[in-house]
Amino acid sequence: MKVAHVNQLLSIVLLPFLNLLTAFIVTTLLFLMVGIDPWEAAKILVKGAFGYEEGIGYTLYYTTNFIFTGLAVAVAFHAGLFNIGGEGQAYIGGLGVGLVALGLGALLPAWLLLPLAMVAAAVFGAAWAAIPAYLQAYRGSHIVITTIMFNFLAASLMVYLLVNVFAEPGQMVPASRAFADSASLWSWQEFMAYWGIEFAASPLNLSIILALICCVMVWLFLWKTRWGYELRTVGANPDAAIYAGINPKRIIMLAMLLSGALAGLVAVNELLGVQHRLLLGFNTGYGFAGIAVALMGRNHPLGVLLAALLFGALYQGGAELAFEIPSVTRDMVVVIQGLIILFSGALEFMYRAPLQRWLLRFAREA
Amino acid sequence: MQDAWLWLILSLDATLRVATPLIFAALAGLFSERSGVVDIGLEGKMLVGAFTAATVAAVSDSVWLGLLMALLASVGFALLHGFACITHRGNQVVSGVAINILASGLTVVLGLAWFHQGGSTPPLTQHQRFTAIDLPFAQQLADVPVLGLFYSELLSGHNILVYLALALVPLSWWLLYRTRFGLRLRAVGENPKAVDTAGISVAGLRYRAVIIAGVLCGFAGAYLSTAQNAQFIRDMTAGQGFMALAALIFAKWRPWPILLACLLFGFLDAVAVRLQGVSLPGIGLVPVQLIEALPYILTVILLAGFIGKANPPKAIGLPYVKDR
Repeated sequence: MKVAHVNQLLSIVLLPFLNLLTAFIVTTLLFLMVGIDPWEAAKILVKGAFGYEEGIGYTLYYTTNFIFTGLAVAVAFHAGLFNIGGEGQAYIGGLGVGLVALGLGALLPAWLLLPLAMVAAAVFGAAWAAIPAYLQAYRGSHIVITTIMFNFLAASLMVYLLVNVFAEPGQMVPASRAFADSASLWSWQEFMAYWGIEFAASPLNLSIILALICCVMVWLFLWKTRWGYELRTVGANPDAAIYAGINPKRIIMLAMLLSGALAGLVAVNELLGVQHRLLLGFNTGYGFAGIAVALMGRNHPLGVLLAALLFGALYQGGAELAFEIPSVTRDMVVVIQGLIILFSGALEFMYRAPLQRWLLRFAREA
Repeated sequence: MQDAWLWLILSLDATLRVATPLIFAALAGLFSERSGVVDIGLEGKMLVGAFTAATVAAVSDSVWLGLLMALLASVGFALLHGFACITHRGNQVVSGVAINILASGLTVVLGLAWFHQGGSTPPLTQHQRFTAIDLPFAQQLADVPVLGLFYSELLSGHNILVYLALALVPLSWWLLYRTRFGLRLRAVGENPKAVDTAGISVAGLRYRAVIIAGVLCGFAGAYLSTAQNAQFIRDMTAGQGFMALAALIFAKWRPWPILLACLLFGFLDAVAVRLQGVSLPGIGLVPVQLIEALPYILTVILLAGFIGKANPPKAIGLPYVKDR
């Protein structure tokens, strides 16, 4: 084994696995600490996530959101940017969907309205990312801080709009009126029924196909196009990129617009697919979870897909767990999410040096 | 006139109450970031502090023990941040995000397991929390025109942590600008290599800065759950850690402007609460959300370089790698 092979083996297989393992060991300890049998909990979790059709539906429905936000973070990461604003971009994406669906819902047929609403989700999400991107590229303000601020601004704006503009009188929670029927994406149940296959009712809808298409498109874009190459170059070495004639400012804009658009698509799954109206907080947590998904998936679309599936399973399994064991809530999943970000992200290299030494010695002896 | 004065005094009084945790947390960020370690985990550390303070105070019946444990717990999370960012040179923003998410989940999971109250801790009795302190002669002087109100309402009648927060501003200034430790701390955030060349440990200094940040966030958290409120409620920081971060940037990483920024942000919050549903003559109904969002808008405008220039510490966010 050569040094290069050792490093490759380390960074693609061993380290991610060890990091994830560490996160789960700590989770196990936490379960023991609050007096729950971890093995029992794991069984409930897996069964809840994959054990029956409705559970699978829920798992994949969550997965869809995580794919969108995970890809959003990953695309920005490749350009060396940390987009913490997925939360706000998804929220504003919802505004785009809401405007199209409420404004044109009565006028347009579904085949025109749905694509239009999807484009609106992406455009609004991108627009919300455009301002931090512009400030980073042309005014030098740090993208992490501005995207955090824009999350809060999005939340304030949406509360204002929902309460003062969209809200239907007499409702407990501020929400818009229901979208027209033409603005409703087929649920997976309806889709399968069309092919004559029965599938249990769940929030899973056609958005998952959009999410998978996005995975492929992001892969094609990043590794098979000139822009993608330039984007990755800027992320790897901004100075070299300038010498190669790449304009990093434009790449920053490009990366963030794409990132925001992907985050905005969460609204397609949530609003067009499930809720069929604009409501408060439909985006909660998905933007931040996207960071964990991207870190775990090593910023590769395939990795993001797998990590999103894991998180989808954790969300759905966690809900099942909360149902079965009263002293557990979905917050357990939030803890696991935090641990994964900690060990797969911040402490990514913890095992690197010792493992490298060990593997190289092993390689020499062999 | 009398009414307007009373309104102003009461608003400022509320301002001080809201600004206190911001001051603690922003000063925490000041120490960490001046040493070159980005700290977006202020929110998480505050939350951990708040939870620990309320839990220990409720169980041990001692608010001081609660405060002490809150400081320790918050420092524990700060050390985790240091371990990831300083020892293992991990991404400081990622580590901060991890701490925030971890804190938000962990406090509820543990709270639920220990108290079975939906993630809250039991309500604290009056002697289990920090209560208002009357400054000398506050009652007697209350009737003195104009200044009496100022003294008895605004200056007097806060709990000890409010006064501590105010005292920490000059103390931080002194520590950062008038001591050897402060000089080195600022140097390590600007040019760690020079500090290293001088034979001073970069990691050691940054760890100390991160620990100070932990202590200050612990105070902020304890204030939330055992002074301002009387129990821990899930996610009770509600973005105040990020508000403090905004104040820190708005103040361009300097102690005295931090005080002003926190008071300004606190004032906006106090005013927003008071203007809820109030229709002002000539303006109409004030959108409360706009006032609440103002701190973030102001910070973004500042960051964009439209009001002065915010120059962060030069080496901020960069792990220090010693050359061979």
